[in-house]
Amino acid sequence: MAATHPETTRRDFLYIATGAFGAIGAAAAVWPLIHQMNPDKSVLALTSTEVDLTPITEGQIVTIKWRGKPVFVSHRSKKEIEEAKAVKLSDLPDPQADDARVKKGKDQWLVVIGVCTHLGCVPIGHQGDYTGWFCPCHGSHYDTSGRIRKGPAPTNLEVPPYEFVSDTSIRIG
Amino acid sequence: MSELNLKNPVLRWFEARLPIMSFMHHSFVTYPTPRNLNYWWTFGGILTVMLIIQIITGIVLVMHYTPTTADAFNSVEHIMRDVNYGWLIRYVHSNGASMFFIAVYIHIFRGLYYGSYKDPREVLWILGVIILLLMMATAFMGYVLPWGQMSFWGATVITNLFSAIPGVGQAVVTWLWGGYSVDNPTLQRFFALHYLLPFVIFGVVILHIWALHHVGQNNPTGIDVKSNKDTVPFTPYAATKDNFALILFLMFFAYFVFYIPNYLGHADNYIPANPLQTPVHIVPEWYLLPFYAILRAIPSKLGGVVAMFASILVLVFVPWLDTSKVRSARYRPMYKQFFWILVICCIGLGYLGAKPAEGVYVIAARILTFYYFLHFLVILPLLGYLEKPKNVPPSIADSVLKGRESDPMPARAGARR
Ligand code: HEM
Ligand code: FES
Repeated sequence: MAATHPETTRRDFLYIATGAFGAIGAAAAVWPLIHQMNPDKSVLALTSTEVDLTPITEGQIVTIKWRGKPVFVSHRSKKEIEEAKAVKLSDLPDPQADDARVKKGKDQWLVVIGVCTHLGCVPIGHQGDYTGWFCPCHGSHYDTSGRIRKGPAPTNLEVPPYEFVSDTSIRIG
Repeated sequence: MSELNLKNPVLRWFEARLPIMSFMHHSFVTYPTPRNLNYWWTFGGILTVMLIIQIITGIVLVMHYTPTTADAFNSVEHIMRDVNYGWLIRYVHSNGASMFFIAVYIHIFRGLYYGSYKDPREVLWILGVIILLLMMATAFMGYVLPWGQMSFWGATVITNLFSAIPGVGQAVVTWLWGGYSVDNPTLQRFFALHYLLPFVIFGVVILHIWALHHVGQNNPTGIDVKSNKDTVPFTPYAATKDNFALILFLMFFAYFVFYIPNYLGHADNYIPANPLQTPVHIVPEWYLLPFYAILRAIPSKLGGVVAMFASILVLVFVPWLDTSKVRSARYRPMYKQFFWILVICCIGLGYLGAKPAEGVYVIAARILTFYYFLHFLVILPLLGYLEKPKNVPPSIADSVLKGRESDPMPARAGARR
């Protein structure tokens, strides 16, 4: 090495090491500038919302605000539940059984985040080809289980973490 | 630069230390411009003036505007109702954005028609594409500031585009928002960037003009300047023409500001933002509609986003996609026709972007999107081989003086001095 490249000296090594060290330092200095844009502590402080189900009549969809986003609580009718269960999984773009989207024995309650999985609009209830939800922005159709059936949205409406605190109320978050 | 003879000793003293006056004189007074420039060449000057108008009215608006979700909407209403001439300043700014885009689209199609992107103007052209992207980002973030329904939902849809990035998409969107939805942190950072980007644009415009003055202007014949017979000095010729066109453009602009100030906007943006309800029909501002149509034409989320960005990025490669030796469409009989088909295609996409995404509209948008890319990726490269260009005149002077005996433009001397 030294014979073929007499110019390669310890000084070259020092140049490269200094440069590399400088680059690492610069990257470390940039990180706070990038990370400041992520959700801050006040946003992160997990919020949970309790919802009383008694006033929600059969066939009604109520919108709740959770973490700044709408959450739909749908009190489904018999017909809507049957429709949701009757679909063949192979017909779904994002296959998921209705059972996996509701709590056991609480088939009538569907809780989903009301944000279209395409580009984030709020879909409108009881509309569209599958009478679940229809997103007006770019025409995504969801069924009565909040699953995507037609249109540009890639996935089903997301089910938020929630639990029944009693027979008639749930806590989201 | 020897033309500038300063008599004033103070100016001479200054000039010896910073030769800015001779630089300006050289760039905007004696600068030789092709003698055959038509009115399509006046839009560069118009664009510069529009940028300055946006910056001045913007800074004034900031003196009265409050960038928080609680106050933004009301502060814009306060500008409209209480601030002296606030209505005028805001209408100039909001319509100014539209005028800016009208001018930039004309400017870009001018470049496409006359082959202004070809060697040696590739860098000049690419700087222009960068300006277009920055303008889109600036206008999009500006539209969020009044915090109406369209502001909020436009911001939601556009930021969600990034969620299509495989793997890290959702993390990127959360980072852009500073939360789990478009909210106060989002508004504040958009405000900061909306203030910054116009100055970045200003910087790129300086590079754009630098590149222009280095390689020289193209002209309607597309042939190179060969002698100073082909040029006239910028002042008074180009300067007068630019100013005349600017006045006509400002009259057009004023008609919008004073008679139909909300014509180009959307009524829903006078409803305060409501994160729980999407307007039935959300549309972006008119100048983004063609791209929005392309986004919706592709029946997949990632595909739509990729196609939309590709539709702008393809412009970067136009200098290499166009294989013809002849610059100007004047001498390219086939390209000339495809150019106009492209113009109609883009207008059609704009129309479809404003329509609901259903039925025939979707099919039409798919056809036009396909054609848009076909034009740039297939037709443009093939034409260079298939087309037989017409004879190009020997020089710019010949093209305008054809059939005339003597040169009617004596002041040409200015360029020769
Ligand atoms: C490239 C130049 C610019 C463009 C294209 C642009 C575009 C826009 C647009 C489309 C709006 C929304 C108008 C509405 O519907 O109400 C807006 C609002 C606003 N812009 Fe700009 N802008 C530019 C430069 C600036 C600058 C330099 C500043 C500040 C220094 C500024 C400050 C504001 C403010 C405070 C608002 C909110 C008030 C309002 O909505 O009228 N803008 N801008
Ligand atoms: S956001 Fe719902 S379809 Fe695009």
